[in-house]
Amino acid sequence: MADTAHDNVNRRDFLMVATGAVAGVGGALVLWPLITQMNPDAAVLAMASIEVDLAPIVEGQEVILKWRGNPVFVRHRTKPEIDAAKAVKLEELKDPIARNENGKDGEAASDENRVVGGKENFLVMMAVCTHLGCVPLGNSGEFAVVQGNAKTGGWFCPCHGSQYDTAGRIRKGPAPENLPVPPYKYLSDTKIQIG
Amino acid sequence: MSGPSKYQPTSAVGKWFHERLPIVAFAKDHALDFPTPKNLNYWYTFGGILAVMLVVQIITGIVLVMHYTPHVDMAFASVEHIMRDVNYGWMLRYLHMNGASMFFIAVYIHMFRGMYYGSYKAPREVLWMIGVIIYLVMMATAFMGYVLPWGQMSFWGAKVITNLFSAIPFVGPEITTWLWGGYSVDNPTLNRFFSLHYLLPFVLAGIVFLHIWALHVVGNNNPTGISVKSDKDTVPFHPYYTLKDGFAIVVFLIFYAAFVFYGPNYMGDAVNYVQANPLATPEHIKPEWYYLPFYAILRSINNKLLGVVAMFSSILILLFLPWLDTSRVRSGKYRPIFKLEFWVFCVVCVALGFVGAQKPNDTLSWIGFLLTLYYFAHFIIFLPLMGLLEQPKRLPNSISEDVLAHSHGKLAAAE
Repeated sequence: MADTAHDNVNRRDFLMVATGAVAGVGGALVLWPLITQMNPDAAVLAMASIEVDLAPIVEGQEVILKWRGNPVFVRHRTKPEIDAAKAVKLEELKDPIARNENGKDGEAASDENRVVGGKENFLVMMAVCTHLGCVPLGNSGEFAVVQGNAKTGGWFCPCHGSQYDTAGRIRKGPAPENLPVPPYKYLSDTKIQIG
Repeated sequence: MSGPSKYQPTSAVGKWFHERLPIVAFAKDHALDFPTPKNLNYWYTFGGILAVMLVVQIITGIVLVMHYTPHVDMAFASVEHIMRDVNYGWMLRYLHMNGASMFFIAVYIHMFRGMYYGSYKAPREVLWMIGVIIYLVMMATAFMGYVLPWGQMSFWGAKVITNLFSAIPFVGPEITTWLWGGYSVDNPTLNRFFSLHYLLPFVLAGIVFLHIWALHVVGNNNPTGISVKSDKDTVPFHPYYTLKDGFAIVVFLIFYAAFVFYGPNYMGDAVNYVQANPLATPEHIKPEWYYLPFYAILRSINNKLLGVVAMFSSILILLFLPWLDTSRVRSGKYRPIFKLEFWVFCVVCVALGFVGAQKPNDTLSWIGFLLTLYYFAHFIIFLPLMGLLEQPKRLPNSISEDVLAHSHGKLAAAE
């Protein structure tokens, strides 16, 4: 039995397999730099941060800033917008998770958990639709607060029709998640640092 | 397919060369003498038209690169420089831009022709599948080319399409970051798209060679769908089809020139003449017309992952077409039910394109969803069932018999 096995696997077979294995591993090693050169380099990865002065942003105003190549919404919400967001029951949400990098993982998407330090006047979140990355339009959509002829708060994505409420939570359309809240902290009462 | 070469070198130099590289014999066998069914109609000229369009795109592309700058700060201005300053730059760019649309018009006619006459059926499965791969590479090439002028639609098109990969479970975000080379579509993205947009047409040329090779192994299909049985069924490619294709190519080029010179921006989007702004998405973003049916399928499903899966499946399902169609008869000409359903399918594809071009709303989403259902039902339900249930018409005994039957009819009518 041992002899027949020995006859079938000879020195030449061993050399063939060994050569093939070395060539295969070598090929894979050469491939890796060719693949990973496409990843962001250290300069891009270095966490850039921006400071935002909140004082000039009046109630009902929204500014779009650029952070790490992507747009960020900073919105000074009105009282009715906050109330509308608070009135929503958690069961009605499509995505019940807060998606707030400053809170705990998997926290419920209550209005409070969507901001930092309970400061609900200022909503800071990525202006990147969680569907396919377009910038949603502010003061529009079915979940905005209607005051007379005007809509305030609420976002509508023009690309594929996703609708976000006044706390930036996905309510309707193909987007799977709430607009994510980036890491930010209050430097003073009227100044935040994003990143 | 073809027997021993009929090429006999006449000169001493020709003989010397032939014994060392028989390329002249190869060209004569495959481009001149190749036996081709004698009943091919004008729908069969689009293969030749496509070959011409690939060459036009490569030539205009190479000269455009001599004036283009692949950098986010300069790309848009360099395209305007081509349009305003470079000698005949406007014409070269309009030729390239409209050339892409013409390429797709021709490829869609070529594909639907193949579907109607059953050109994907045995023994042409591999020929068809290579064709589907050509179509996929064409779509990737056109997409990356559209990003290069760095207009608003370039940028947001790139962002939406690359974001499709973020739907992949677990590794999606890592893959999009890898594709972008950063956190968003930016300069690294533009640079790599430029590199690949230059590479892929040559890859296409290589796959086209395989496509023609596969064609020359099994030979052309023809409108009757029945196989070539004797020499009487065929004519040499030259001069019969070189001239027929040549005439069709000239007519097609006139159509192409009409767009280039009289409506160069008719098929484009005006918003792409606004420079890319990563902070504001245009009011209504939509892809170029040739992607619209697939865009409609993506939008019609109210779930990110499923929408993306449906969109990719709608193209990849074409790879399985040879096995989804159970009919023993190739040509739709002899299949009464298929013939009807085929035209319904064509209308559904065009309607999907129309839905894809509109702003999203609830009613259109529903229509899009129903059309998407029909699109998939055509492949998964109707094609397999029709092949089993339908009673095909009687087939002619040979291509020759069919041709003669028709010409006798004409002669009788003339008398």
